[in-house]
Amino acid sequence: MWFGFPLRPEQASTIAQGIDHLYYFLTAMDLFFTGIIFLTIFYFAIRYRRRKKDETPAQIEGSLPLEVAWTAIPLVLVVVTFVWSSSLFIRNARPPTAATEVFVIGKQWMWQLQHPEGVREIDELHVPLGRPIKLTMTSEDVIHDFFIPAFRVKKDVVPGQYSTLWFQATKPGSYHFFCGQYCGVSHALMRGEVIVMQPQDYERWLSGSKKAGTMADAGARLYEQYACITCHGTGKGPPFVNLYGSQVKLQDGSTVVADDAYLRESILVPSAKIVAGYEPIMPTFKGQLSEEQILQILAYIKSLGAAERKAGQE
Amino acid sequence: MSTTAVAPTTGVNYLNAQYGIRSWLLTTDHKRIALLYLGSVTFFFLIGGAAAVLMRLHLIEPQGALLEPATYNKMFSMHGIIMVFFFLIPSIPAVMGNFLVPMMVGARDLAFPRLNLLSWYVYIVGGLFTLYAVVAGGVDTGWTFYTPLSTTYANGNVMAAALGVFITGFSSILTGLNFVVTIHKMRAPGLTWFRLPLFLWAIYATSIIMILGTPVLAITLLLVALERTFHVGIFDPALGGDPILFQHLFWFYSHPAVYIMILPSMGVVSELVTCFSRKRIFGYSFVAFSSVAIAVISFLVWGHHMFVSGQSVYAGLVFSALSFAVAIPSAIKVFNWTATLYKGSVSYQAPMLYALGFIGLFTMGGLTGLFLASLATDIHLHDTYFVIAHFHYIMVGGALMGYLGGLHFWWPKMTGRLYPDGWARFSALVIFIGFNLTFFPQYILGYLGMPRRYAVYPEEFQVLNVMSSAGASILAVGYLIPLVYFIWSIRYGPPAGPNPWGAKGLEWETPSPPPTENFEEVPVVEEEAYAYGEKEAHVV
Ligand code: HEC
Ligand code: HEM
Ligand SMILES: [Cu+2]
Ligand SMILES: [Cu+2]
Repeated sequence: MWFGFPLRPEQASTIAQGIDHLYYFLTAMDLFFTGIIFLTIFYFAIRYRRRKKDETPAQIEGSLPLEVAWTAIPLVLVVVTFVWSSSLFIRNARPPTAATEVFVIGKQWMWQLQHPEGVREIDELHVPLGRPIKLTMTSEDVIHDFFIPAFRVKKDVVPGQYSTLWFQATKPGSYHFFCGQYCGVSHALMRGEVIVMQPQDYERWLSGSKKAGTMADAGARLYEQYACITCHGTGKGPPFVNLYGSQVKLQDGSTVVADDAYLRESILVPSAKIVAGYEPIMPTFKGQLSEEQILQILAYIKSLGAAERKAGQE
Repeated sequence: MSTTAVAPTTGVNYLNAQYGIRSWLLTTDHKRIALLYLGSVTFFFLIGGAAAVLMRLHLIEPQGALLEPATYNKMFSMHGIIMVFFFLIPSIPAVMGNFLVPMMVGARDLAFPRLNLLSWYVYIVGGLFTLYAVVAGGVDTGWTFYTPLSTTYANGNVMAAALGVFITGFSSILTGLNFVVTIHKMRAPGLTWFRLPLFLWAIYATSIIMILGTPVLAITLLLVALERTFHVGIFDPALGGDPILFQHLFWFYSHPAVYIMILPSMGVVSELVTCFSRKRIFGYSFVAFSSVAIAVISFLVWGHHMFVSGQSVYAGLVFSALSFAVAIPSAIKVFNWTATLYKGSVSYQAPMLYALGFIGLFTMGGLTGLFLASLATDIHLHDTYFVIAHFHYIMVGGALMGYLGGLHFWWPKMTGRLYPDGWARFSALVIFIGFNLTFFPQYILGYLGMPRRYAVYPEEFQVLNVMSSAGASILAVGYLIPLVYFIWSIRYGPPAGPNPWGAKGLEWETPSPPPTENFEEVPVVEEEAYAYGEKEAHVV
């Protein structure tokens, strides 16, 4: 705040303050160097102004010590900034293992959010205070971007793949989120509110909201409806129990971790990676399942138990 | 500096050697081609500027004061495409580079004069495609043409606009080629590499980037066209493509392109600062090699545009480190320019005010780049108004200011006329102030979280937007003043004489305007660049 005028957004997440400190440091460094350059120029320009029309100043070639100094000093500052910012970035990039997962689908021009309990929201996201939340996001058309200024987080939402973003809110209230990546005509309207609630209010809100069953239930219905069960329930295909996060052995001898991206690929492009010991008979479901349905199937697979090592985390 | 006698200013020169439209449209004289470019880039600047004015007016109100969102989107797309590809990239290289490269090396023309004329025609054809795209209903992809928006979802004249940019790219490549060959092969006797004016080092580095980078842009746009027309799956995941691949390809060119825009201005500023403080440049070789260092590193930092695209943490770290590295040669330049003033004989004619304005604004723009090179803060700042402010400080505060400074410096040489210095200094001041009022509030706006490319915005951002728009009206006036007195000076300006600034350099040793063949005799160079210590630099 500066004369009642905000200079930074609300600090409403666990990482916001750390980012702001780095930002202040950079601002101070910026002002310092701008000050030095401006003052020196003003001083020289006045002190050495042309007094006689045809004066010829003594010539100076340069100075190696000075060149070394003004290469070395910025270099040191830049290295310090790099180390500071990178360690902060690495720390902030890793979601805590216990994060609650919320699924986000961006499409021209709205945000569809779904809680694991099945509650669906549009352009609004309710979250409990003090609990880490992990968003797993994808897009149905072009690239969008999920940006919450008050939490200092942002991530592109890309069609054909999952991206993740996490935060832990520290202050109850309502905060804007924006689509940060230009996505066509109504890009500027693709925004909404994150509503941070006390945990007990959040529970009440969850149970009060109309539910279409949990996401995993919806996934279980799809599992039967799309006849996955005819293979995966009969031994013709691998079983899903404890699949999520496990090491899967492939036909070509390599192994992969069964994370979100792998499961998505297995459903849409089954021929890409064949599980060892099985025939490549699974048909593709590309074009038949919507992004939302795929997320529901993933929720179902996850509900069948996950291996020790948590997957889906960068 | 050389053996040529200075001929009288009256007499036959490149402007009056021939008359008629044909003599201009078919000319192979690099100086006339420079003027053709001057006219065309000014035209495009005015169109791009008009779009900017409309956008700033529109943003006075949170709900948008003027335009439909769709129209606003077309405005910033057109503004970006025109300002980048049709104004700033050709500005200094094609106008001043064309005029000065042969004169500064002491040659009669560029190595390939007809290729040079072809470059201008190629540029114009590209420009016509783009103008057609605008007139026929506009494009709304942004200047970045991100996929799959541009290939599958955007309506509008994406193909015409992309084709326009594609074609104009070849003009850049040909111009760059011409400069590189000329600087290598046509230097006057005695003009060794380390006697070259720094403007030529900068143009040389720029040309290398143009030749190496532009083909990548051309290929990328071709792929966009393939996917858009024939649905070949390259970028759209629905067709089996990868949308992030486009960003890699696009920024592999477009980041270096930022240096195509700024390096020439840095070269201009080196000329101005030395002339108006009558000093050799401080640390010649450091300034020269920093241009080359910037050109090289600029090819390795494209990933800093993709920190939030889902790029791996390790890629992010590498690109961040390399981006920080570019700050060093840029800082070296700023320090050396400042040190050049030390114990000099500093005068404040208009070109110098523009040059000092450049140093100040470029410093602010460059330093805010550190916020964006730094991973943790870029996550928050990416695609907000902070980025808009940062690159306008570099491209408008820096590159455009340098271009105007150069224009004021060499205008007497190009036209043989002086413009009113008082007005010119006044315009430099108005531009400096207007610029800061327009773009400084946007840094704060960005940190507060206002995303870019927003036709409507939440109310709490209004105050800063109004401030920015108010500043833009001052800025617009600042740009219009030079337009008026430059045109005035062509008819009414007093004759300039060969060397009105008492500057060093071969171009000042021949009459203004120069004769068609530039020099009556091939000059012989016997001294370093910027030998302002030698008394013989005569002041007129
Ligand atoms: C015709 C039989 C068949 C049907 C129907 C079928 N699958 Fe499969 N599925 C397989 C086989 C066989 C494999 C193992 C070989 C491979 O990787 O392609 C497999 C592999 C998978 C895997 C990777 C499992 C692992 O252990 O790595 C997933 C996930 C999967 N299927 C999901 C589904 C879903 C979801 C459906 C329904 C929408 C479905 N499958 C329908 C036969 C089938
Ligand atoms: C050489 C001069 C200039 C260049 C090269 C330039 C370049 C650009 C570019 C590349 C963009 C991004 C377009 C996009 O997002 O697709 C942009 C946006 C913009 N520019 Fe400029 N610009 C210049 C001058 C100006 C001036 C003088 C103004 C002042 C009024 C201005 C105001 C704007 C505005 C308002 C936007 C839109 C921001 C948004 O909605 O995201 N520009 N400019
Ligand atoms: Cu958007
Ligand atoms: Cu870049």
